[in-house]
Amino acid sequence: MSHRIVDRPIDPSEVERQVREAGYGGVALFLGVVRERSDDERPVTGLSYEAFAPMALQSFEEIAAEARRRFGDVRIAIAHRIGELRVGEIAVVVAAGAPHRAAAFDACEYAIDELKRRAPIWKKEQYADGSAQWRENAGTGGPEGHATP
Amino acid sequence: MPSIRVVAFAQARELLAAPACALELQNAATVGEAWTALRERYPALLALESVRLARNGKIASNDESLHDGDELAVLPAVGGG
Repeated sequence: MSHRIVDRPIDPSEVERQVREAGYGGVALFLGVVRERSDDERPVTGLSYEAFAPMALQSFEEIAAEARRRFGDVRIAIAHRIGELRVGEIAVVVAAGAPHRAAAFDACEYAIDELKRRAPIWKKEQYADGSAQWRENAGTGGPEGHATP
Repeated sequence: MPSIRVVAFAQARELLAAPACALELQNAATVGEAWTALRERYPALLALESVRLARNGKIASNDESLHDGDELAVLPAVGGG
């Protein structure tokens, strides 16, 4: 199984190993890491992630299939963490392997962009003052959302 | 009357004050009608600005029909990665 949603720390090398092929000369690896400040510059002490796991894994499969249609012979593996994370911990790992580096970079970027846009995963930021807030990714509340009358 | 299972995530789960609930529907109800009925029963959900709804694990349009035993997932705007 090349995609995973896990409630314990992710080892990037395990994800990267999933996309190795004898014919692949390029492997791109993206790590999404918990930042110490929110987009609006509030000090963050940690994040909690929640997922609709079966649907999220399905979306990872779809994204990987789309990347193969766009960029040709590429293989993608995605691992996303759920639960409580502290600053500096890895939230997501995307690995993309391809015969050459251009397709590996392109596929890796496509996969993380699409994951952030549509995978059913949510994050709540915990702030230093004890408050907390659900944060959505830019562009996710757009036209495909059901309008609330 | 058909009955569906509603599952909710993130803000929707908190506003519903439960990760799941059962919802009884009129015959031949659609996804949009179930969403309206759910918000009538749990007005706290009116605070959600943008949600997508999934029927049995697939994103559903408002005019899709629901059947007895279906699962309707309430998915707020996402924040993964």
